[in-house]
Amino acid sequence: MAQFDVKINGKKHSVDVDPETPLLWVLRDNFKLVGTKYGCGIAQCGACTVHFNGSAVRSCQVPISAVEDNEITTIEGLSENGDHPVQKAWLEHDVPQCGYCQAGQIMAATALLKNNPSPSDSEIEEVMNGNICRCGTYNRIKAAIKSASQTV
Amino acid sequence: MKKVKTGMGRRSFIKNVSLVGGGLLIGFNWLACKQAAEENGGEVAMQMPDEWFELNGYLKIGDNGIVTIYSPNPEIGQNVKTAMPMLVAEELDVDWSNVIVEQAPLNLDVFTRQLAGGSQSIRQGWEPLRMAGATAKQMLLSAAAKEWEVPVSELSVDKGIISHKASDRSIGYGEIAKAATKIEVPKEIELKDNSDFKIIGTSRKNVDAKKIVTGKPLYGLDSYEDDMLIAMIVQPPAFGMEFKSMDATKAKEMPGIKDIFTIDTYPEAMEREWSDVAAFSKLVVVVGESTWQVMQAKKALNVEWDLKPDLTHQVQILEKSPGMEETGGLENSDMHTALMNDAGPAKSEVVRKDGDPESAFKNAARVIERSYSCPFLAHNCMEPMNFYANVTDEKAELLGPIQTPEFAEKSVNKRLGFELDKIDVQMTRMGGGFGRRLYGNFLVEAAVISQKMKKPIKLVYTREDDMANGVYRPAYKVSYRAALDANNNITAFHVNAGGITESPLFANRFPAGAIDNYLAESWTIDSSISTGAFRAPRSNFIAGAEQSFLDELAEEVGKDPIQFRLDMLKRAKNDPVGEENDYDPVRYAGVLELVRDKAGWNNNNSTSSKGVAAYYCHNSYVAQILEMDLKDNEPVIDKVTCAVDCGIVVNPDAAKNMVEGGTIDGIGHALYSELSFKDGAVQQNNFDSYRLIRHREAPKKIDVHFVENGIDPTGLGEPPFPPVQGALANALYKATGKRIYKQPFLPEITAESRELKT
Ligand code: FES
Ligand code: FES
Repeated sequence: MAQFDVKINGKKHSVDVDPETPLLWVLRDNFKLVGTKYGCGIAQCGACTVHFNGSAVRSCQVPISAVEDNEITTIEGLSENGDHPVQKAWLEHDVPQCGYCQAGQIMAATALLKNNPSPSDSEIEEVMNGNICRCGTYNRIKAAIKSASQTV
Repeated sequence: MKKVKTGMGRRSFIKNVSLVGGGLLIGFNWLACKQAAEENGGEVAMQMPDEWFELNGYLKIGDNGIVTIYSPNPEIGQNVKTAMPMLVAEELDVDWSNVIVEQAPLNLDVFTRQLAGGSQSIRQGWEPLRMAGATAKQMLLSAAAKEWEVPVSELSVDKGIISHKASDRSIGYGEIAKAATKIEVPKEIELKDNSDFKIIGTSRKNVDAKKIVTGKPLYGLDSYEDDMLIAMIVQPPAFGMEFKSMDATKAKEMPGIKDIFTIDTYPEAMEREWSDVAAFSKLVVVVGESTWQVMQAKKALNVEWDLKPDLTHQVQILEKSPGMEETGGLENSDMHTALMNDAGPAKSEVVRKDGDPESAFKNAARVIERSYSCPFLAHNCMEPMNFYANVTDEKAELLGPIQTPEFAEKSVNKRLGFELDKIDVQMTRMGGGFGRRLYGNFLVEAAVISQKMKKPIKLVYTREDDMANGVYRPAYKVSYRAALDANNNITAFHVNAGGITESPLFANRFPAGAIDNYLAESWTIDSSISTGAFRAPRSNFIAGAEQSFLDELAEEVGKDPIQFRLDMLKRAKNDPVGEENDYDPVRYAGVLELVRDKAGWNNNNSTSSKGVAAYYCHNSYVAQILEMDLKDNEPVIDKVTCAVDCGIVVNPDAAKNMVEGGTIDGIGHALYSELSFKDGAVQQNNFDSYRLIRHREAPKKIDVHFVENGIDPTGLGEPPFPPVQGALANALYKATGKRIYKQPFLPEITAESRELKT
């Protein structure tokens, strides 16, 4: 066990855990930021996607000891009122079915648009291929990313 | 207008007593979730009323006119949490933007059939939910009429405002709700004509959408409570094995670990519900403070496992299959294939026979015979199995993702001996269901663990636990034979279907009824592997197989595949064979004609390979045309056109979403997914080895069209899933020139092309 001071969504948090504990489980179990989801634990599904200095990472693969003073953003911190253009596009297209994968999808999509504000279909497909949606909402995800790309 | 009785024959259907919120409601502190849904559809933050008035168990009206509607059925992503309240709101005549939706707890005094399965929520809720709204509206009107001393017939309602034109008076539901609670429940009410619908048939956004996109706690796995512990299981490494002994000394000393012990979820003496299916009843349980700590302790455990002593039946079946290697009861996929080729069909039983198929086959000019098979599948809900339980001496509180709360409650009653009224089951939004959460073994496990720990616990399966502890889609096989005369007429049809551990046969389904001489046979093979319902049970395989065979037949007789099916359906309509046919040939033909038209089947110049299929299940009809190309031996699907007849569509855009999802899901499982076994152990236990369809592989475009016929709604969650597999197989044939007889399709295509290359 060791003490870690980290900054999540701009707020300081302190936690005493095994240094190997994945960020995913610290977010969920310790900070009760449960928007970041567990799906596989092995970097295969993308449900746990968060931003690490603005880039999308799989939080199930980031040990808490690696966070240090890097900026972490989770779905809860993406926007103040849930009105990030990507979130708005998700509502407009009524993307979710069960919804479980969607926080990870949104975090992956926002990071994509930050690097590439108007991605082509195949660029969207390539980046979003790491996020499984068991319900099959892929077409709406793509449509929402395209509408958001016009507003970010 | 349709008059319906509110009481007769309906167990305490509508009463003006408050039942939701009464009794044993969990005082559960799960973060923001209990803040009575201040957002609706994500847009408007509502002013909460000072006082609520319950007119019946389905709804309550706030003094400011805000209405809370309880959605009775479990939400697994099929969007009933939006659609079911829409039915109530329609007849209540309120403004949808003033409606708050809450998930109802299990309460069979108020609700009927609180179950997610068989695509029946809307079909079976269609009348009761509208009655709940209409009854409340009637009571509100009566209260206003009484107050104003005018006849009810002179009143009108629009969006929750009651008006009396003659005296130019109006009053909101919120203001009259208190008086309405004193009105007796009407014995008879009127339901609207379809043409008067204002909410039904208009697209309404998912009521949980805003919470989903902002990461609010909604799912079972999101439940946290201050003194709650995390529990995980360690299960046998293979079907056919059981616990022998363990050394937990080291694991028990690891940080955060509270206890390690074994449980028997379903002791032999316990009388089981149908939903009490478990891969393994005896489990090792690790309980600790945090998920990661428990995961680490699981790894440090030393458990020894034994072969189960009672596996002789598999060995017996093996003896009937000469040449099979004896496995001592631990099953292998090779052995499954051999059993399905040989021992299974050898014990076929006739389920339906029309005419004289034997003679027809004997006298045939040609006989066409093909066999199709598919592997086991894991449900792989995105949210792994989990459940919260707090069992004390007085009561059992259970909260989490369950498709069958009613049966789960009975199981807990039998397992723990608690009276039903001391058991409270609440449903969270579920990260998928697909049939897996019909089987509540994880809920019972959670209850047993909590009782033992005397603490609230949340049981969590890892993905590996989840995939290896399934109630899987069975492995199936079907063989078809068709007899053709010299003029290419089909004179006889024979279907022989079976599986491990159930048969996928629907003996009375198309093409039964369209062919004079018809024989349907069925068989099953026992297994130690747990199997159960998976999205569109049985149809999820046999639709694709049947539709591939019909495609091949159409080609053999030189007919367009759609016209070929339409001709058979015409026969089934004009001169049906037999009286047990389960489908309506006119509606069946309707979706085929619609899809043909919408996809431009006859005048589509695209060079892509096209396949068609149509199927009836869960009371609905779906036809799909799939267009694709091959790129580096992998199919690239350009477009799927879907025509759906599910009667009245309650929430059109959400229904479209469901059809898109079902289509993608069907393609994905047929092409890529497989759960195989070696010595009783699953060979895939996470998404690196178990392939699910991904973004890049989804069709580029999915076009959805609904038949508009005003018929009462039927199923939608399942029907789009099965036929697309046939459309895909038929398109793959066009693209590769090879028919595919085995799921998953992809290895078959790549094997073919490997052969072609060498
Ligand atoms: S949970 Fe991290 S990628 Fe699946
Ligand atoms: S919406 Fe269910 S997994 Fe994506």
